[in-house]
Amino acid sequence: MLPAVMTEFTPWASLIGGVLIGISAVMVMMLFGRIAGITGISTGALSLIAPSQAKAKDWDWRIAFIAGLIVAPLLVSFVSGDIEQTVSDNVLGMALAGLLVGMGTTIGSGCTSGHGVCGLARLSSRSLAAVATFMLFAAATVFLLRHVWS
Amino acid sequence: MRILFGFLSGLVFGIGLVISGMSNPAKVLNFLDVFGAWDPSLAFVMGGATLVTFIGYRVILQREHPVLLTDFQLPTSTAIDKPLLVGAALFGIGWGIGGFCPGPAWTALPLMTPGTLAFLPAMLIGFLLGQPLKNVMTSATK
Repeated sequence: MLPAVMTEFTPWASLIGGVLIGISAVMVMMLFGRIAGITGISTGALSLIAPSQAKAKDWDWRIAFIAGLIVAPLLVSFVSGDIEQTVSDNVLGMALAGLLVGMGTTIGSGCTSGHGVCGLARLSSRSLAAVATFMLFAAATVFLLRHVWS
Repeated sequence: MRILFGFLSGLVFGIGLVISGMSNPAKVLNFLDVFGAWDPSLAFVMGGATLVTFIGYRVILQREHPVLLTDFQLPTSTAIDKPLLVGAALFGIGWGIGGFCPGPAWTALPLMTPGTLAFLPAMLIGFLLGQPLKNVMTSATK
């Protein structure tokens, strides 16, 4: 959907960023005793406004966590200038993608952070199965969109 | 305290997403494009994050309880069941179309691109629709 935009191989920046994500996951476990899964945190925060969701008692830190996610790029761009980001402007495609990501991560109980980082760190075979499945389907989708149907 | 430290945790997570390149859909899609413009950077994100978490959890979980809440709540389910695999597959397809998983969709919000403004609300609706669908699938397999 998004035509291939060349990106540079950035092992160091990616490793440092990954370490920060890991530190955050450890902070969430140490402070709140919870898995730092963005799906679960978002759903817990949504329970505040959506009456259909079971109300989480400790929604306050989750809302604050999401506020932190939103402020982070502003802080990085303030310190380092620009942020590299290329997003498809096919709004219908992006809406479909968002719907699939929201439904899929809820039905499958986690995303790249919950199953990926935290689940793999706990050596959960359930999370490993989820990660292998979403990686495979994501790579297959990109393959079809870029190399078969384009 | 919970709000302050919740915010700080989210801030560190978000800075990690931005610095690592995970917040850039072009980079994510190139990571997934193994037979094309392959950019293996994101393997370093997952590797670094998982390694730090693996070590950190082993230290933290020695404690009786977390600092700001009364108990540790770890997932107890170990079943590799239909909802897990179907959900992961749907998530993978959406991730492959848009290049956003849930965290980066939040960090993209302040840049306000049309694609993000379409993706994020749809994702939130997906979270709400997913719960009843999961319940149906879980009770159907019982």
